[in-house]
Amino acid sequence: MRIVFGKKDRPDVAKGSGRGTRVMTAGIGSQFNLGEIWRRRDLLWTLTLREIQIRYTQSVLGIAWAVLQPLALMLVFTLIFSVLLKVPSEGVPYPVFSYSALTFWTFFQGSLTRAIPSLEANEALIKKIYFPREFFPISSVLSAIFDLVIAFVIFLVIMLYYHTPFTLNMFYVVPLVVIQTIFTIGVCLFASAFDVYYRDVKYALPLIVQVWMYATPIIYPMSSIPERFWKFYLLNPMTGIIESYRAVLVKGVQPQLFYVGVAAAGAIVLFVLGYFYFKRIEMSFADVI
Amino acid sequence: MNAIEVENVSKRYRIGQTSYHTLREDIYNITGRLARLRKDRVKANDAGHIWALRDVSFQIEQGERVGIIGRNGSGKTTLLRLVAGITRPTTGKITVKGRMAALIELMAGFHPELTGRANIYLNGAIMGMSRKEIERKFDEIVAFAELENFIDTPIKRYSSGMHVRLGFAVAAHLEPDILLVDEVLAVGDAEFQKKCLGKMGDVANEGRTVLFVSHNLGSVVSLCPRAILLDQGRKCAEGLSSDVVNEYVAKTSENQGERVWDDPRTAPGNEKVRLHTVRIVSGGMVTSSVDIDKDVRVEVEFWNFKAGARLSTSIGLLDKMGVVVLASGNMHSANLVRDEWFGKAHPAGLYRTVCTLPGNFLNEGLYNISLSVLTDITNFEIAEREVISFTVHDTGAMRKEFVGVWGGVVRPKLAWQTEYQGPLNDGHGELS
Repeated sequence: MRIVFGKKDRPDVAKGSGRGTRVMTAGIGSQFNLGEIWRRRDLLWTLTLREIQIRYTQSVLGIAWAVLQPLALMLVFTLIFSVLLKVPSEGVPYPVFSYSALTFWTFFQGSLTRAIPSLEANEALIKKIYFPREFFPISSVLSAIFDLVIAFVIFLVIMLYYHTPFTLNMFYVVPLVVIQTIFTIGVCLFASAFDVYYRDVKYALPLIVQVWMYATPIIYPMSSIPERFWKFYLLNPMTGIIESYRAVLVKGVQPQLFYVGVAAAGAIVLFVLGYFYFKRIEMSFADVI
Repeated sequence: MNAIEVENVSKRYRIGQTSYHTLREDIYNITGRLARLRKDRVKANDAGHIWALRDVSFQIEQGERVGIIGRNGSGKTTLLRLVAGITRPTTGKITVKGRMAALIELMAGFHPELTGRANIYLNGAIMGMSRKEIERKFDEIVAFAELENFIDTPIKRYSSGMHVRLGFAVAAHLEPDILLVDEVLAVGDAEFQKKCLGKMGDVANEGRTVLFVSHNLGSVVSLCPRAILLDQGRKCAEGLSSDVVNEYVAKTSENQGERVWDDPRTAPGNEKVRLHTVRIVSGGMVTSSVDIDKDVRVEVEFWNFKAGARLSTSIGLLDKMGVVVLASGNMHSANLVRDEWFGKAHPAGLYRTVCTLPGNFLNEGLYNISLSVLTDITNFEIAEREVISFTVHDTGAMRKEFVGVWGGVVRPKLAWQTEYQGPLNDGHGELS
């Protein structure tokens, strides 16, 4: 059967690629338009699914990789920092202590390593079809949430094994993940756009991620940093975020509002700036990449 | 109402090997980067830049079908990219009203590891369909592409024809207000091309606006009542498509049967091989118009800079509608004579390769030559489309008896013979 849609009964058309008038002029004016993301959410979802599908159809171990990475790091860190160096872990078994942070750090790191080269990797599409370019880094970050969920389930198993009590405060994880996602997208918008112009970003990335990890309380507790440095230390939004995860999951307490507030504010500011920057130079990607 | 308005649009590209920078080059001015981007476009002098489009203006009304024609490098594709919103004009303004689908690269959104099914969803979404819309049209898309049996196979196992079919099928079901098409019909088998042209005709008849860029003048004339001719980035004709096509044909045959590139640094090609001269010789003269019964010598001169390169040469002959009449190369098995240099290590130097097309072979009309020089029979070092053209005239050699219109792409003299088989009454009785 051939279905023919008249102009009137095409219900989905309007939210497709945006009906109405589009004007393009010279220059690099910004197209700040969050509505566009919403209007084309189907595409964002499809791109996210594509990322997940591709990643797991191409590797033999598939989904196991989502678990293996934080698990392996946890074992190595437990051996080095707990058994050999006796790093304090605030009275919590060190595997639980480190894995609680590594689960979410892996999400951050995975997002960065996928999202930042995403524009470069999709050169063919960027040169040939227009749709919001921020969908590339954003879908990379969203697809990393899939890995996060799997890693988190493993974390719950580890908690059970070490008899760490489950509390209702654990549900704070949800808003924390939202804050972390916004922050991550902000970073990735900046860095991926930058990567189009300066391929150095790609090479610097592994180093930056590594240094960043040590600047965040992952293998050691925040309490081992002298308190007079905390105001600088908390400038790293990941500090507040990771510390809060640990509070709500491992210690079973409410997160410190101040930490969460600082992290949330940082995340939102970075997201807005990153989005602005990205949209401002988006139209030149096709010429430069 | 105008669906597309293009006002004084120019587009400049930077030329050079890479357009992105390394941090080292720009570190001195990293904070001023944003400001610099803007200034770059206006102030930098023209050296190192190329104007792909200059001051182009036109309007397309809703429901109109317009073809864009022009030689390679005339700015057709740039214009389409600008209208599609992929890139931004350097100066000028473009206004587009309505949902647009750009069939610029049908397969750009495909991923080889995913199945046909997943790729339909992916490509559909990229082109602007919602999930619901794709779900509703899914079966129709699969049927149009004739891929029912392969829809759950990863498309890396598809043939290139299957890729094209899938790509066009998705695009054809988009139901846009404005359709941009770039040469997609040059691919796929003839049967499917016909199907695509039919579908595009349907789309146009449904009152949609179509902007069609093609080398195929025949399909431009049959699909689009109006056409725009671009030459070196400028609009040089606009009007009835048959008039514009004729003007284009006249323009492209303006060359005098010879094209010479004097500068071995900038001639077509690359650092290994560059083109020096292409010329058409017929009847002992360099000419762009040849007699139908005379041999046509296509002479190609090129520089080889890399001693030891194993070079071979080939040409393609296209008629004025862009149909490939023939392809030929100097390999031994396809050569009437013998070219000692074929595939042999060439010392650095200037070479001339000549291909002779026989007389009494081509029909009247304009023919274009595409040319390539390859290393190791596989790598294109020079690949110039429509590098030179010539017109075949029947000056009477084959017009002594029949004087009407002679159809066909070629008009070879063939062997004809009729034999008398005997009288009618040969044992069968007589007609009275």
